[in-house]
Amino acid sequence: MAITYTSGEQVEVYRFSIPATVLIPLGAVFLQAWLPLRFPFFTIFDLPLLVVIGFATARRSPLAGLLTGGLIGILQDALTHQPIGLYGISKTVVGFGASSLGIKLDVEHAGARFLLTIFFYVVHEVVYFMIARGLVGLRMAWSWPHEFLSGVANALLGVLVFMLLDRVKQRT
Amino acid sequence: MDVLGRYRNLIVLVGVLFAQVLGLAVQVKRTTDSESTRLIRIWAVGAVTPLEKVLAWAQTSTGNVWHSYFYLRGVRAENRSLKQQIERMSLEQVRMSQDADQARRLQALLGFKEQFISRTMAAQVIGSSGSELSRSVYIDKGYNDGIKRDMAVITADGIVGKVLNVYRSTSQVLLINDQTSGVGALLDKTRLQGILRGTPSGEVVIEKVMSDETVPPGELVLTSGGDGIFPKGLLVGKVTKVSLGSDLFLNIRVRPAADLSRLEEVLVVTKIDERQAEPDQTGAARAVDILAERLPSVPSKPENAEKGAASGTVAPGTVAPTTTGSDAKPKAAPPEASASSGAPAARKTAMPASSSGTGSGTGATATPAPAVKVSPKPVKAAVEPKPQPAIEDSPQ
Repeated sequence: MAITYTSGEQVEVYRFSIPATVLIPLGAVFLQAWLPLRFPFFTIFDLPLLVVIGFATARRSPLAGLLTGGLIGILQDALTHQPIGLYGISKTVVGFGASSLGIKLDVEHAGARFLLTIFFYVVHEVVYFMIARGLVGLRMAWSWPHEFLSGVANALLGVLVFMLLDRVKQRT
Repeated sequence: MDVLGRYRNLIVLVGVLFAQVLGLAVQVKRTTDSESTRLIRIWAVGAVTPLEKVLAWAQTSTGNVWHSYFYLRGVRAENRSLKQQIERMSLEQVRMSQDADQARRLQALLGFKEQFISRTMAAQVIGSSGSELSRSVYIDKGYNDGIKRDMAVITADGIVGKVLNVYRSTSQVLLINDQTSGVGALLDKTRLQGILRGTPSGEVVIEKVMSDETVPPGELVLTSGGDGIFPKGLLVGKVTKVSLGSDLFLNIRVRPAADLSRLEEVLVVTKIDERQAEPDQTGAARAVDILAERLPSVPSKPENAEKGAASGTVAPGTVAPTTTGSDAKPKAAPPEASASSGAPAARKTAMPASSSGTGSGTGATATPAPAVKVSPKPVKAAVEPKPQPAIEDSPQ
């Protein structure tokens, strides 16, 4: 498997143009809201989360990662009727973690991206679950098989999304 | 300073998380959380819904062009089937209007007030929240169109939810299968009342029904009107499974009548009227008159009875003595009795119960018709007299 430990000097850092930085997250949130109406099974995917992971691992900047994650999460929260911050906090953590890990690991290969997405999907769900139950008081049920299967489904979609992001990212 | 620089990322992370947790706590503390974050929600909805509207419009337009001009296969058969359905429903409507009249009279006697939907607005579903933990959809009508918070949202199949947040040209609708939703529910036959709630997995259950009650699966669930949002009597769904829950209550699972996962168009109930049933305008009814309404009577002779007689068919108001093979039952009274002004059955004239043109009693009096005409074939006409709003004869 192509997960290798790399030094800070070896990794390449990418950036995204301003239109891509604005439109890709907005498009992801839009698709996440629109597609479940036509394809109800799509609710198991979390397209904004995949974009957060993709941006964070490409930029490899924890600061940019957590801010991007937080903003995308808040945008996603605003479309729900739940308090704002549930997705915001979860995606802030994921953004920070993914960019920190992106510095240490080589995440250019599909296999590495697949495993990384499963890992961060579960992290996201755990953080979300804890906040939703502990702070907001929502009734939620945790199911490992469901979370794992959703993680795999998201990881498969994530590989495709990261390939698309590769096309718009620019080497610094 | 060196320490700050070294742990800068971590400090920012903690700061951002702290700010969000604080904001979350403030929202949870306030019950009306949507007000404190309204600006963020307006921005987010404003950023996402215009594109959703464009796509919904494009999809509808394409679908309309395709179905209206190209894909017309089976339309003729469907048209025929619909016409037959209309005929069946016309008959049904006559019977139900009688029941409704009777119910109205009883309600008037008891001084009941009834709620009814007096105005609705059609809206298109353009988007969803995109989250499994927030089961809500967005519609393309907002406060510019007169939509207000807490309005009921329904479809022809059953109830959908209520308006939760209203924006300028869009609104957010909370579906009945969301875990924060609550609807007053009434079981159709057992008349048990409970609270309809959504579960985290998106199912719908009725709570607060005692475990010593018997609820059969398959029973219809209606709105009870107790929530002040949905008028009483709207279809919610059907009971699918009943099991013992916790705290002496039953766990009743319900399958919603409206398909909540594939909503396209909905109706927003913009006005609900409440009125008291009006008493019968005809004044106090005598028992004998009420009884007479329920008894079979003779439909009056139509104008073309003579023509029918000439052609050998049975005129309405006459009796076909041998109707073999037909379920038409000759219930009409003899014409002599009909002609007698003293008989209540003759004083009330049955209205046409069928849309097929048979038994079209238009006159107020039952004209003595030729006694019996021989019918060459069973006639569908022998209209079963239904209790109808009767027309009082003029004294002769």
